[in-house]
Amino acid sequence: MSAVSAVSGAGTTAGAAIELRDARVEVGGRTVWSDVSMSMAQGEFVALLGANGSGKSTLLKAALGMLGLSAGSISVLGGPAGEANAQIGYLPQRRAFDAGTRLRGVDIVRLGYDGARWGVPLPAPRWSAAGRRRGADAGRVAEAIERVGASAYADRPIGECSGGEQQRLLIAQALVQRPRLLLLDEPLDSLDLPNQATVAALVARVRQEAGVAVLLVAHDVNPLLPYLDRVVYLAGGHAVEGTVAEVIDSETLSGLYGVPVEVLKARDGRLVVVGQPEPPAHHHDRHEHSHEHAH
Amino acid sequence: MRAGVAEPTLTWNLARDTSEVLKYHFMVNALLAGTIVAAMAGLLGWFMVLRRQTFAGHTLAMMAFPGATGAALIGVAAAWGYFVFCGAGALAIGWLAGGRTRSWSEQSAGIGVVQALALALGFLFVSLYGGVLGDLENLLFGTFLGVSDGQVLALAVLAAGSLIALAALGRPLLFASVDPDLAGARGVPVRGLSIVFLGLLGLAVAATSQITGVLLVFALLVAPAATAQALTTRPGPSLALTVAIGVAIVWVGLGIAYFSAYPAGFYVASIAFALYMLARAWVWVRGVHSSQRRAAPGVEPEMGAGPPAEGVIA
Repeated sequence: MSAVSAVSGAGTTAGAAIELRDARVEVGGRTVWSDVSMSMAQGEFVALLGANGSGKSTLLKAALGMLGLSAGSISVLGGPAGEANAQIGYLPQRRAFDAGTRLRGVDIVRLGYDGARWGVPLPAPRWSAAGRRRGADAGRVAEAIERVGASAYADRPIGECSGGEQQRLLIAQALVQRPRLLLLDEPLDSLDLPNQATVAALVARVRQEAGVAVLLVAHDVNPLLPYLDRVVYLAGGHAVEGTVAEVIDSETLSGLYGVPVEVLKARDGRLVVVGQPEPPAHHHDRHEHSHEHAH
Repeated sequence: MRAGVAEPTLTWNLARDTSEVLKYHFMVNALLAGTIVAAMAGLLGWFMVLRRQTFAGHTLAMMAFPGATGAALIGVAAAWGYFVFCGAGALAIGWLAGGRTRSWSEQSAGIGVVQALALALGFLFVSLYGGVLGDLENLLFGTFLGVSDGQVLALAVLAAGSLIALAALGRPLLFASVDPDLAGARGVPVRGLSIVFLGLLGLAVAATSQITGVLLVFALLVAPAATAQALTTRPGPSLALTVAIGVAIVWVGLGIAYFSAYPAGFYVASIAFALYMLARAWVWVRGVHSSQRRAAPGVEPEMGAGPPAEGVIA
């Protein structure tokens, strides 16, 4: 199914946002997936799908250089994984912020911009060089918050924001360094259906306005259907990539899972996959151990 | 008020009372030492409360027990024992409970084991010492009123060092405290920062417990930070408020204790508790007020995103 991606000879695709070739990742001696090849162009919106434990988050971590490959190759924004992290906006998989988190949304977004810098920002008068730089930084944070439409609640403690509001602020946090690539790990998870739809629409709009490539991990493709260029589906330790119609198909998924799987299409266009070997997700116990298990 | 009585008496003249307190060198030293530990404990406590490491802080405070008894056993100044055991405790907790792979319950279990061992060692040292440890009350409740000039100087140097370290680490430490996954992805050494922070916290606890005693450390470590965090969510003002509250608690507590028969630690802890309760009450009143004002919206419409996605109807 990799025929869709334009792979040019032996080298990497010119201008690819992410490119994997015959890649294999092992975590704790266990192979999470192998022989994975995928290519994602600049500005593309790709969903990374698959059951729990299929290695979706692992793929994002490999793209960030946090996990090394044990075979094959990976290139991100034209270089080795991990070298261009300053140009990548990453949203890790997580639970919501605790209700008692006493920091404002704007502070959380701000940390996405300069949180890794040593030292502390000291008060500086507005006319000084440091003061002007502080003003410019604050403007940049405000711009990212504006872009996701979160200005109304960015000054509230983040723990008091709803799940949808928190997710928007976290997308602003990923956007604040003006990345060329967004890696979003389950941003729709733990949102109700209307909020899933609005956050999916937001990501699609941001991707268009900011001209950024988006690789979004999800385990339900339906909220994303109107916006996706392509999907990558991980199952059974391998991956297929292609358009939604090519990949989310009874025959393709049966081949990937190695057991008969059926894809049903509802009258409104929603897709339902029936018969995956793994039981459907239990939303809550997944996150408790998210650090121990590779996704 | 009877004239000519040597007993200090509280009048309504605050200036006269203050000069009365400052007449004595031991009171000046108590105020200086109290101010230094209040600032140091407040700032490190602020991060401790944010990182939800209160139990780790409590365990570090317990380290002072084997520290002081061990020092008595081998015949060195108690301060050495405090610093050695608090430092070792910080490393043990960092190693046992650190790392993002541990769940919350595993972390607190690891810390609890360290605490049990520390108390057992303290007990062992007491029985090896054989005699009666005269300083036991000081160990538990502090020696606000017996602080030497040398101690003040040592505390000042220690506090200055910790504050410089905290200033250098501040922003990445905040990032790693609220958002360890993302901070790690951005190259912040999350695990290393956690161990260094516990080390600094150990120093602050050791310094503070010399003044307030093991049992009252939390009056200066937790209460000011928790009070400030309840009142403001801005990191800068919150840190400044923490220090101001801590210093105020110490000054007022020592001031009242001078004119009263009850120990300073009692006043310090009571004022800390009262301020915290007031802050919680204020937050509660404000919460009731704002929830009455705000009609709770069920779904937040995405602004400027065009029509909602088709086919998804709640």
